Amino acid sequence: MKIQHDTPIVVIPAYQEERSVGDLVRSLRERYPYDVLVVNDGSTDRTSESAREAGAIVLDLPCNLGIGGAVQTAFLYARDHGYDAVVRIDGDGQHEVEDIPKVLEPILAGRADAVIGSRFLGETEYRVSIPRIFGIRFFRLLVNLTTGYRVTDPTSGFFAINRSLIEFYSHHYPSDYPEVDAFILMHRLKSRAVEVPVRMYDRAEGKSSITAFRAVYYMVKVTLSYLINRIRRFG
Amino acid sequence: MNRVTIFSICASAGFLLYILEMVRRRKLREEYSILWLAGSVVILVLSIKQDWLVGIAHAAGIAYPPSFLFLVGILFILLILIHFSIAISKLHMMNKKMAQEIALMKNDISARGEDFPKHS
Repeated sequence: MKIQHDTPIVVIPAYQEERSVGDLVRSLRERYPYDVLVVNDGSTDRTSESAREAGAIVLDLPCNLGIGGAVQTAFLYARDHGYDAVVRIDGDGQHEVEDIPKVLEPILAGRADAVIGSRFLGETEYRVSIPRIFGIRFFRLLVNLTTGYRVTDPTSGFFAINRSLIEFYSHHYPSDYPEVDAFILMHRLKSRAVEVPVRMYDRAEGKSSITAFRAVYYMVKVTLSYLINRIRRFG
Repeated sequence: MNRVTIFSICASAGFLLYILEMVRRRKLREEYSILWLAGSVVILVLSIKQDWLVGIAHAAGIAYPPSFLFLVGILFILLILIHFSIAISKLHMMNKKMAQEIALMKNDISARGEDFPKHS
């Protein structure tokens, strides 16, 4: 039952986002012909119901896998259902829905395998805290030194990928904090990655998954798995 | 035989028998018992053959032979812990794959229009 889908699919990983995910899905459905897929990462609130009522395809994970495992489930779905382009956005309203076509355009035109939405390109009103800007600068340096990509926003969760990366990521995708790691995977695959400017906002609902206490763990873990992914073999 | 010898023989032999019994009752899988069995056999042998213990300890430059016994014990515990970390990582990966399969299958079933009991 492999169907070819010409429309892109918008993927939203959601954990306890009942207050924002419904409106987000509705505004996507009103605006675009894209399919909308919400991966409910083991939420205990009404995330799944409100996404479904708003017209999304919903995948309910039986337990919380973390962001990487949830997004990978979406890649598995996209692979099995023959989608050629996936856009991933956050479920909390941080990413500007209007910028989705801009992120998709280089994929649909065949000019890139991955497009990363950067909040630091072009005009930006995004306010970044001091520890966060330190972290972003660190990862920017790490990615730029080791891959040759010129990335301004390596932790951006607003991106689009094409069929080749959908297939690869459905086998290999980092379990938590996957965005930085993804660059080394793309580098290993010699993928063409480009950045486009997007707008991002402060979170409407909920808190960032990265608290101050976990920031150090985040840096160490990501750096370690990044460096290991550089020397790992992918069978 | 001095008291410490008798004690260490009894302790390691008792431990060995306990592990074997757990495997026999299928409460411990064979693959996880191997390191425990090997560790207790080595300590049992070194407790009985004390001249071997002294010989190896001196060859390794360890002045006080019983500390070589501790070293062997600690090394086996380290190996077992690493083994556990690997086993947990494998279970983690398998668990993730199964959770993903379940989510995809549930969606597949409801997309075919069949009622599927919702998890509580």
